[in-house]
Amino acid sequence: MARAVTTNRKIAFTVLAWLVGLTLFFPVLWTILTSFKTEGEAIATPPSLFFFDWTLENYVEVQERSNYLRHVINSIVIAVGSTTLGLIVAIPAAWAMAFSPTKRTKDILMWMLSTKMLPAVGVLMPIYVIAQSLGLLDSLSILVVVLMMMNLPIIVWMLYTYFKEIPGEILEAARMDGASLGKEIVYVLTPMAVPGIASTLLLNIILAWNEAFWTLTLTASKAAPLTAFIASYSSPEGLFWSKLSAASTLAIAPILVMGWFSQKQLVRGLTFGAVK
Amino acid sequence: MGAITLEKVTKKFGNVTVIPGVDLEIADGEFVVFVGPSGCGKSTLLRLIAGLEDVTSGAILIDGEDATGRPPARRGLAMVFQSYALYPHMSVYKNIAFPLKMAGIDESVIKQKVEAAAGTLNLTNYLDRRPGQLSGGQRQRVAIGRAIVREPSAFLFDEPLSNLDAALRVNMRLEISELHQTLETTMIYVTHDQVEAMTMADKIVVLHDGHIEQVGSPLDLYNKPANAFVAGFIGSPKMNLVEGAAAAKYGAKTIGVRPEHIELSTEAGEWAGVVSVAEHLGSDTFLHIQVDGIGQLTARVSGEFGVRHGDRVWLTPPADRIHRFDGEGKAM
Amino acid sequence: MATLQTQTAARFMMAPAVIMLLAWMIVPLSMTVYFSFLRYNMLMPGMETFTGFGNYEYFLTDPAFFEAIGNTLLLVGGTLLATIVGGTFLAILMDQPFWGRGIVRLLVIAPFFVMPTVSALVWKNMLMHPVNGLFAWIARGLGFEPVDWLGSLPLFSITVIVAWGWLPFATLIILTALQSLDQEQKEAAEMDGAGPVSIFYHITLPHLARALTVVTLIETIFLLSVFAEIYVTTGGGPGTASTNLPFLIYVQALLQYDVGSASAGGVVAIILANIVAVFLIRMIGKNLET
Repeated sequence: MARAVTTNRKIAFTVLAWLVGLTLFFPVLWTILTSFKTEGEAIATPPSLFFFDWTLENYVEVQERSNYLRHVINSIVIAVGSTTLGLIVAIPAAWAMAFSPTKRTKDILMWMLSTKMLPAVGVLMPIYVIAQSLGLLDSLSILVVVLMMMNLPIIVWMLYTYFKEIPGEILEAARMDGASLGKEIVYVLTPMAVPGIASTLLLNIILAWNEAFWTLTLTASKAAPLTAFIASYSSPEGLFWSKLSAASTLAIAPILVMGWFSQKQLVRGLTFGAVK
Repeated sequence: MGAITLEKVTKKFGNVTVIPGVDLEIADGEFVVFVGPSGCGKSTLLRLIAGLEDVTSGAILIDGEDATGRPPARRGLAMVFQSYALYPHMSVYKNIAFPLKMAGIDESVIKQKVEAAAGTLNLTNYLDRRPGQLSGGQRQRVAIGRAIVREPSAFLFDEPLSNLDAALRVNMRLEISELHQTLETTMIYVTHDQVEAMTMADKIVVLHDGHIEQVGSPLDLYNKPANAFVAGFIGSPKMNLVEGAAAAKYGAKTIGVRPEHIELSTEAGEWAGVVSVAEHLGSDTFLHIQVDGIGQLTARVSGEFGVRHGDRVWLTPPADRIHRFDGEGKAM
Repeated sequence: MATLQTQTAARFMMAPAVIMLLAWMIVPLSMTVYFSFLRYNMLMPGMETFTGFGNYEYFLTDPAFFEAIGNTLLLVGGTLLATIVGGTFLAILMDQPFWGRGIVRLLVIAPFFVMPTVSALVWKNMLMHPVNGLFAWIARGLGFEPVDWLGSLPLFSITVIVAWGWLPFATLIILTALQSLDQEQKEAAEMDGAGPVSIFYHITLPHLARALTVVTLIETIFLLSVFAEIYVTTGGGPGTASTNLPFLIYVQALLQYDVGSASAGGVVAIILANIVAVFLIRMIGKNLET
């Protein structure tokens, strides 16, 4: 709008927006703050906001527990592993659907999306029984496979939309310039698709890191990622709050940062193109 | 070197026949323009020649050899796309070098050829830039450079000037024509703009619904259109086509007379009418006239003809400039 | 655009993804259906007997089942209401000019990226705890008795936690749709004499209709499977007051080891999700045409 916005209006909205934003963010903020308090301080009344003795003892203690590191590694392996495997399978599929569409392409794509709508509970039993009989309960491999299958539709879908944005004529030009299929993919398609692939990678790592059904039901202690580790502290013993806050902050911090970079991808990936 | 022959080439997409059967001979070194309205199949024909689409039946011969089954890379042709299709992540140098790289040519030879092509096209100062940093005309030239460097037997142009503004279009038209004179290579050029066709072509192929309506030199098509469609398509403003009693007088179902050939008078003539719109350009005057018993006709007069909306004028079509068409629209 | 060479290559390239998803869909699904007809308890393996619709009878006549269905619908409905209404207001707010938009946007988006177990525990222990929680402190400060949120209002509290996590999603979608509204349309309406409320009602809202529908459908699909928040806070209780369908199935499966019954429940959950999925797929399909 070319007309000047009145400053009063801008001030009013600024106050309102910041109020709302801070309120919504408050639980996260509170967790981060509590992680720097002593346990006694954490349950003190009245609760202190910023003025207390900041301490790093909780973080030190959390780091010192070796099994915390193991859970971090589990989370990383599961999130990155499932997403990477998914990408390897999905890139060729999305390529084929974007650049050589047939009459059935649309149907196949929608069928793939529909598999994502299957409630996980519906297949809890068979997956559990299969995992058990293969001796894969509480193992990283079963989680990598299961989470890959859960996210595969989204990965294929997102790559498809990014590939479709590459003008077909550029690939035809490569063909006219003498590039074989392989060279076309390596020299032209992949460099142009890298931003899209990166975005897909980012969003799906986030989704896999935060997944809280299979990671809770299929693991016990060895393969438990951070979701399960944190969940094991569900009994309210007040003395643990600071440490719980520290562990939580560490668990969510990387994802919060990644998430802030992937807002657009969120819309693209999770609305399946129904909103542009 | 660049003779192309199409023998009974047909193309179907599913159940839809886009090209029902085309025979065409293109001689080496000719500048051939495929022209026609949207959807007439001209781009499809070009893509069939390029190998980007497979023919449903028929043969495409390049220099006498059957190239119908060959992939695009092995036909020895180069194509300039409507959207230029430059590789956005590569510099101008790399864009032009790409086909040579695909052919496995030595780096030093590539450097030579790219710099030569860049020199011809005034791109030497832009070799390090990316397509995103170039203007439309410059991108156009990079696309042409990429094609030149392959030394193809024929160039294929797919509506290359459509994305340029009017002034640039005129300039690029000249550049492409000059290029043709320099390289003497066959060029097949697709456009919907009949002005481009008329000014650039040695030979024009007029297409309509996949059929070839007429093949001939620009002046042939202008002076002796084979049917009413070609007559109405070539020449701007469009030829006036008249049916009914006025046509019957000349022994035809439809007669046509070009706006620039109509003789105008404010006193007397064969047909009488009232000016509805008068466009004064200084160099010409275009008059749109409601003619009694016939309908809306367009006339063009050189220089200034001072009539206005509502004035009465008389039109006379000169006998030697009347085109007669029979019931099927064919020239008589 | 495609020639014969690329079409054959394409088929090979799609094969792995298609085959894997096919296997993922068919194998576990058919096993679930198969199990649902068995009396199968994991503590006594090898003693499975065919029991026809016995599991379904048992499951569907269990009063816990009806309560679970009811809770599921309440949870989904409540979250939808909160996120859509809240999301719309938030989106409109974020669309206004003010200072620090980037940062506020980040603050609003954050809850979606917090893993559900962390957010549930934070809400449970630090906010909703009747003794040490922040809400309790505020209540006492205002002279009220602190409320035992998760004890006395379990489903409501869980709905709050879930809605907090999904609000950013709704906001982002609605904001995206809002910003895609052509400025010129609104200007044309202004020239036609419409005031801000009229413009909202007659132009903005219909434009948002599609986005709101999408948010509803997609959230519903995901909300039908809420699990972690219940697992970590109330464990479904007190009793089954905050048990939804997924949690009920989980309890049958991994706490009571009753595979048959859990599978029957799984089939019910799948049917429920399918109903919503049909509508969502139709919407997506329409969009894929463009």
